[in-house]
Amino acid sequence: MWKLLRFLREYKKESILAPLFKCLEAAFELFVPLVVAAIIDRGIPTQNKGYIIRMCLLMALLAAVGLTNTLFAQYFAAKAATGFSAKLRRALMAHIQSMTYSDLDTLGTSSLITRMTSDVNQVQTGVNLALRLALRSPIIVFGAMIMAFTVDAKAALVFVGVIPLLAAVVFGVMLVTIPMYRRVQSRLDSVTDITRDNLDGVRAIRAFRREAAETAAFREENEKLAAMQERVGRFAALMNPGTYILVNGAVILLLWIGAVRVDAGVLTQGAVVALYNYMSQILVELIKLANLIITLNKTAACGNRIQAVFESGGAPTETAAAPAVDPAQRGAVTFSHVGFTYQNAGAPSLTDISFSAAPGEVIGIIGGTGAGKSTLINLLPRFYEPTEGSITVDGVPAADFPRDDLRRRIGIVPQKAVLFQGTIRENLQWGKADADDEALWDALKAAQAVDIVQAKPGGLDEPVQEGGRNFSGGQKQRLTVARALVRRPEFLILDDSASALDYATDAALRQALKTLPDRPTVFIVSQRTASIAHADKILVLDDGHLAGIGTHDALLQSCPVYQEIYASQHQGEVQANG
Amino acid sequence: MAEKAQAGTLRRVLRYVKRFRLWLVLTLLLAVVTVALTLYIPILVGRALDAIAGAGNVDFGAVSRILFTVGVSVAVTALAQWVMSLLTNRITYRVVEQIRDQAFARLEVLPVSYLDSHPTGEIVSRMISDTDQFADGLLMGFTQLFTGVLTILGTLLFMLTIHPGITVVVIVLTPLSLFAASFIAKRTYALFQQQAQTRAAQTALINETVSGQRIVQAFSQEQAVLRKFDACNDALQEASLRATFYSSLTNPVTRFINALVYAAVGLTGALAAISGRITVGGLSCFLSYANQYTKPFNEISGVMTELQNALACADRVFQLIEEPAQSPDPEGACVLESAEGAIRFDDVSFSYVPERPLITHCNIDVQPGQRVAIVGPTGCGKTTLINLLMRFYDVSGGAILAEGTDIRQITRESLRAQIGMVLQDTWLRHATVRENIRMGRPDADDEAVIAAAKAAHAHSFIRRLPQGYDTVISDKSGSLSQGQRQLLCIARVMLCLPPVLILDEATSSIDTRTELKIQSAFQQMMQGRTSFIVAHRLSTVQEADLILVMKDGHIIEQGSHAALLEHGGFYAHLYQSQFAG
Repeated sequence: MWKLLRFLREYKKESILAPLFKCLEAAFELFVPLVVAAIIDRGIPTQNKGYIIRMCLLMALLAAVGLTNTLFAQYFAAKAATGFSAKLRRALMAHIQSMTYSDLDTLGTSSLITRMTSDVNQVQTGVNLALRLALRSPIIVFGAMIMAFTVDAKAALVFVGVIPLLAAVVFGVMLVTIPMYRRVQSRLDSVTDITRDNLDGVRAIRAFRREAAETAAFREENEKLAAMQERVGRFAALMNPGTYILVNGAVILLLWIGAVRVDAGVLTQGAVVALYNYMSQILVELIKLANLIITLNKTAACGNRIQAVFESGGAPTETAAAPAVDPAQRGAVTFSHVGFTYQNAGAPSLTDISFSAAPGEVIGIIGGTGAGKSTLINLLPRFYEPTEGSITVDGVPAADFPRDDLRRRIGIVPQKAVLFQGTIRENLQWGKADADDEALWDALKAAQAVDIVQAKPGGLDEPVQEGGRNFSGGQKQRLTVARALVRRPEFLILDDSASALDYATDAALRQALKTLPDRPTVFIVSQRTASIAHADKILVLDDGHLAGIGTHDALLQSCPVYQEIYASQHQGEVQANG
Repeated sequence: MAEKAQAGTLRRVLRYVKRFRLWLVLTLLLAVVTVALTLYIPILVGRALDAIAGAGNVDFGAVSRILFTVGVSVAVTALAQWVMSLLTNRITYRVVEQIRDQAFARLEVLPVSYLDSHPTGEIVSRMISDTDQFADGLLMGFTQLFTGVLTILGTLLFMLTIHPGITVVVIVLTPLSLFAASFIAKRTYALFQQQAQTRAAQTALINETVSGQRIVQAFSQEQAVLRKFDACNDALQEASLRATFYSSLTNPVTRFINALVYAAVGLTGALAAISGRITVGGLSCFLSYANQYTKPFNEISGVMTELQNALACADRVFQLIEEPAQSPDPEGACVLESAEGAIRFDDVSFSYVPERPLITHCNIDVQPGQRVAIVGPTGCGKTTLINLLMRFYDVSGGAILAEGTDIRQITRESLRAQIGMVLQDTWLRHATVRENIRMGRPDADDEAVIAAAKAAHAHSFIRRLPQGYDTVISDKSGSLSQGQRQLLCIARVMLCLPPVLILDEATSSIDTRTELKIQSAFQQMMQGRTSFIVAHRLSTVQEADLILVMKDGHIIEQGSHAALLEHGGFYAHLYQSQFAG
């Protein structure tokens, strides 16, 4: 948490001035009871109207000076807090950009988003309040006590006694209730979970006629929540009466001591009034302080979550210069004894994978879910680094390329088609920033996506909504293919990309890829033998191992896993072939 | 919200509070006691101060008597405060509990169409956060409002009895702080709106970028994304600064005006004291009143907006509770016992939206024990047939007959008991594997559960789970693959094995070898049962007795595999294109 304070560095001035001005305001506030005492002791007995008027004007002046100070304080605090959170968000965003796939896996997308939005907001609020109140409240509490000492040391001992007691009650109640509130929250979470679960599974629940049982389960959980809330409420309800008794008990004591001291001529009547006023100031501030601590407690939790993001990874060191590539080797890939184990995973996802692809070849990758197909192709652009063995690209070890340079050679069509807010043109230009319209249309044509763009009134300038919501799954899929083709890649990776395409489009796309002018090396990941049967080489993956490699016909002869997959998709024919 | 609607909501709230009315009355009484005594204490303190006039001039008898009264009042006030909080707590949380119970009970009987057309998040937020806000705002807010108003009235009364003149000063000046507060609040509102807008834009960007982070990196767009982010981050910083600063002005400004009131009371009070119309104790009492008189005003304006918000929240929850339930089973609806499995669609028409008819004049006749496969492109209405058969939706024309009886004349419970369903959406509840399998037959013993799991080819992987059959399934852990979840859903149906089965086939997310296992589990289940199979791959439908080919809500062809191929229509075309590759 504290490490996050580095983002305040640019707002050092503001972060110091805000509490400083707050302290000044508090100091002026502490003078008021003394002025009142002066009016009572000197103004009223001597019937000096001029003195009284001057004293009251002084009070107004103190208030005005106090206000001015606060305005400065609020401004500086707001500036520091909002600046802090802007810097923090910027740094978080930049950090996320530099995260490896492994880091993204560990933290999870939704958790990253929460941290960047609501957690940062909470921290902003916390910083703002802390700058304003963290010093003010203690200053008023202890200031009131010190002022009481200047009035009368003996009576001030009441303050010395009651402040720790008040603090004990306020913080004691907090200490007991904070963990209880946490339990309330987890009960509330489980009530929320049951509700959500029921909505998501409405069909299954009704099909199995579980409505009554579900309602009963909910009631039970809901009752537990209410009971827990009531229990916390019972403790929290002690705070007000407890502090009320303490403060007024102290007032009774003060008045009694005051009575004795005034009778002895040590104190004046006005001084007793001042002591009484100081006592009233303390309570208000202690409660504010308690609330501040609750807020800061939440802030610290959010801050720690944010700090955890900064502490997880970030891209490892980068090679600076692009290596020289032999033109004859452009588009060649070799994997030699490559193994890969995901972070924190027990078993390897890929074991001892070796193969090579010549420039312009089409490589099919097939296997069941969890066989390691996506993992394998994720190693090529170095989204993950192999944990064993080595990979060469264009005849050069992949690790020798700067990542950006390597990825520029590769066009990827991900499994899940995602577009980004902007226009179609902007989305396609992700492939190549300076691609002209002709290049874009060429790519669209190969990707069978021309009709999609032509059907839109805006053409290439048609807006794309967040996440590409205004396009269907198949349309998005074809546009993502075009996006990958725009950069005229040396390698094209289709990660099960045809799943949203119908058979005819899929076939046309395959045909178009064959006739691309610069013949990229193509990797096609699929679960369907039909999609990869035409490949020059097919890698059959089974549970992370290479179960077979060869052409469709060869594999049908030699590879049992491939035979099984094929059979599961072509029952009739296999039987017919005997 | 219109005044009238608010009044309606308020009346409904009162209905819930009714069973606590005695406690509510007690709470209000305690509030009166608390306020009266709290206000009385400054007067007592004032009197005590008057008895401490100066050196050698202290009436110890009076002081001790007064201080004793203070002590008693404080004790009574504290007790009253405590009991009051306990009561409001209880009323609040129990009313909320009741509302949530009712809302949940309503969820279980709402038509599926309502749940399909309202996002889960929205309904959850009505049940959870709206109810919370309602509780905080309305019930807690109500007592705050009540004590606030009482405090103001009481203070006025007490002040008037001490010195009407100074009271006028207080009454005239305090509204200033209210004006100032509402002036600032109005300005801030617009600024907050602006902040919310820029924040929403940024959140959308963050959402999109972080969710698509892998693609951003794949295309090396990190810098471009950051530039886009910077622009809206700067805008947010600016909007945020303005909103934060202006909203933080309220407290200092009202505090300043209160301080001015304080000074004015000090001035008039001290001048009155000179002329002997008020004692020093009276002045001190006035000063503390001046301090606390304005507080309830500020609180009340806050509470009022909170109350409005609470009413709006309550309204949303009540809307949910009062949403019309699915049509109840008709009087004398028949209970379907041990069906044979004869199902007939008789001129069935249906549409989700009246303007867009989906299924029109659909006729299907299924004999007991037949296998029916439904094929066709996405969105053609395959799932809709299932929705109708299970009565998740009711037909808008024609009728579906089970064993010759219109299913609308059969109790939902008994109809659904005769149908087992395995859907593509493999929903499992957050519970143990065993509890999930038992869902259709909660009284099944362990042996039956294991037998069902074995029949579904699920036993071997369940055994390998960390706690076997007692492993808790949760969405978050994601420990089960899609195929394994599917197998559990099959085991769930295996355990109760009703005479009619609906199988929405495994999707492309399951690899074909796992699918073979699922297929063989399906085969076993279908023995001697009427079954409906929604098929996504044609390879799996060839053995069906009847194939329904759907397109755009119509059944365009029906018959056996061989007959349809012969016919050379849409099915034959689909079949050939799939296996041409």
